[in-house]
Amino acid sequence: MFSSLKQRVEDVLLAGDEFSFETDDTISLTEPVKPEKAVCGPGLRRSGDRLVVCKSGVLRHKPPNVFWIDSQQRRYVPAKGETVIGIVTAKSGDMFKVDVGGSEQASLSYLAFEGATKRNRPNVVVGDLVFAQFIIANKDMEPELACMDSSGRASGMGVFGAGGLMFTVSLGLVRRLLSPHSEVRSDLETLFPCELVIGMNGRLWVRSSSIQQTLIIANLLQSCETMTAQQRKELFRRVQQGAL
Amino acid sequence: MKDTPLSNCERDFLLRAIEEKKRLDGRQTYDYRRIKITFGTDYGCCFVNLGKTRVMAQVSCELVAPKENRPNEGIMFFNIELSPMASPAFEQGRQSELSVKLNRQLERCLRNSKCIDTESLCVVSGKTVWQIRVDVHMLNNDGNLMDASSIAAITALCHFRRPDVGVQGEEVTVYSPEERDPIPLSIYHMPISVSFSFFQQGTYLLVDPCEREERVMDGLLMIAMNKHREICSIQSSGGIMLLKEQVMRCSKIASVKVSEITELISKALLNDKAARKAGGRCGFAESMPQERITALKTDETPVEMKDVTESANDIVQKAEAPPPAVWSPVVPVPGVGQVGQQNTWGLEEEDDDEEDDEEGSEEQKETETKMEEDQHEMEDRGAGDVVEISDSEEEEVVILHPEIPDKAKITGSSSHQQRAATSQKRQKK
Repeated sequence: MFSSLKQRVEDVLLAGDEFSFETDDTISLTEPVKPEKAVCGPGLRRSGDRLVVCKSGVLRHKPPNVFWIDSQQRRYVPAKGETVIGIVTAKSGDMFKVDVGGSEQASLSYLAFEGATKRNRPNVVVGDLVFAQFIIANKDMEPELACMDSSGRASGMGVFGAGGLMFTVSLGLVRRLLSPHSEVRSDLETLFPCELVIGMNGRLWVRSSSIQQTLIIANLLQSCETMTAQQRKELFRRVQQGAL
Repeated sequence: MKDTPLSNCERDFLLRAIEEKKRLDGRQTYDYRRIKITFGTDYGCCFVNLGKTRVMAQVSCELVAPKENRPNEGIMFFNIELSPMASPAFEQGRQSELSVKLNRQLERCLRNSKCIDTESLCVVSGKTVWQIRVDVHMLNNDGNLMDASSIAAITALCHFRRPDVGVQGEEVTVYSPEERDPIPLSIYHMPISVSFSFFQQGTYLLVDPCEREERVMDGLLMIAMNKHREICSIQSSGGIMLLKEQVMRCSKIASVKVSEITELISKALLNDKAARKAGGRCGFAESMPQERITALKTDETPVEMKDVTESANDIVQKAEAPPPAVWSPVVPVPGVGQVGQQNTWGLEEEDDDEEDDEEGSEEQKETETKMEEDQHEMEDRGAGDVVEISDSEEEEVVILHPEIPDKAKITGSSSHQQRAATSQKRQKK
């Protein structure tokens, strides 16, 4: 199965495609053999003894044994531990209702901020942007957010947003931006200095020194989705030279 | 489903950008987004893309009784549908405020301006008139639905062809498109609406707002005009106070825009006409761009054409040869023979004298007098066939069933036959 997976790397797969153990998968009897383990990333799921593709997209591989599907999905499904950008829509009693782009609005308790107590309420109004992470996110319950990590520190989360622009992109691009040595991010660094907040629900927030530059970066990121690496580098170079 | 709420930071940023005369997609203040007009396979079906806003209009017609107070005018009916496909904010079934507003604006723009000659739609005064129905569907909402709908509606009306009718007294016959060419509607002028959005209490103005700009605007001014600079309708919503100079300026901008858009529409209609004439594939299927991953497209499988003749020959050779024809024995009645294919008279022998005599004799031996055969055939055939086998001395005996299957020839002949044949030969000779 490992070999059949490796064969299909960089192929477009559709939801429903399967990988199963083939009858001619041989194991050598003479050499010491380690059991092959394939780690399934997003888009692949194990069902019984088969690997099933559950999202359409391109199969990617990271050696030694990680496989996942890169897709252009824009619809976000809340998952525990992911950090997202939410918009506060309502204030009801002890908690805020936050829109994260999923099927339901998430709730954010006002005590889930760093240094918040019953007397010391956080300064949040309806319409603010918050950067928070999910503490409860499954299909049976209403999702819950918190603006602090397990030790009580903010670590970058909380209310933000003045002066910048928020826009939506596909989830695939967001994951590309968040990967450790992201090419897109390094290309972006060659342009103007800017502040960037990346929410895993497909929302990006940008702020730069002027409105024009902010708009340029927002448009560039939105167009990165449909460009190859070559075209992107070319475009960034032209912007840098001030042609645009 | 509720639409995504607009955050404060987006609103502030947009307003500040507009103050600096910057738009989200880099347009200038008076710029329209890219307009693309395509047509469907039927006459009267039109798609309009205004940037990412996508709208479809379909025109149809039927014969109905006219209104009582207007017995010799046709009826026009407009309907705008906000499909939930266009935006999560649109709900199926419920008539929202926006839908009512758009419907009213389109009606005012097209009906009250009398852009279509309704009297030409009359078939029998007081009894039968054409009712033209325009349905506009929103497919994607990225702002400025009104302009896109007006462009789609008027283009679809110009594109539409109604069936030809013949009136004889009180009887009305509708001809199908195959019988008689359908006729276009008679349209006097093309009213097109242009939308202006105002920000900061009328200080700043933008033409063709996109969806986010629409959310932060204070008010909207819609001017419907045709290319002859006649204003068909003006509507201001949002409760903003506008100065006279502002309205005049907007109307000047609108006239420029309308003439550009009218030219675009005429060009699109001409292109479509040329494409239909050339018989090219036009219509919905061709107007969809082919996205790589999702198009149902397989590569052409190459068919081997090199060895076709050889393989065909092989097949022919390997097939069984048709069974050799064996004529059934036929005993000639004395005095009667057949001239023609199988000569029993021996006349052909004269021609074949140069050839082997053996051949000639063989012919005699193997000759079939087709008498009995034909008699059999006559019994088999129906009454309609006429075969004259007579002892007439005409040279040509026409048998009306030429494809008599090759019957088996007898190779051996009875001596009786031989004698009979030779006796006949002697008689004739």
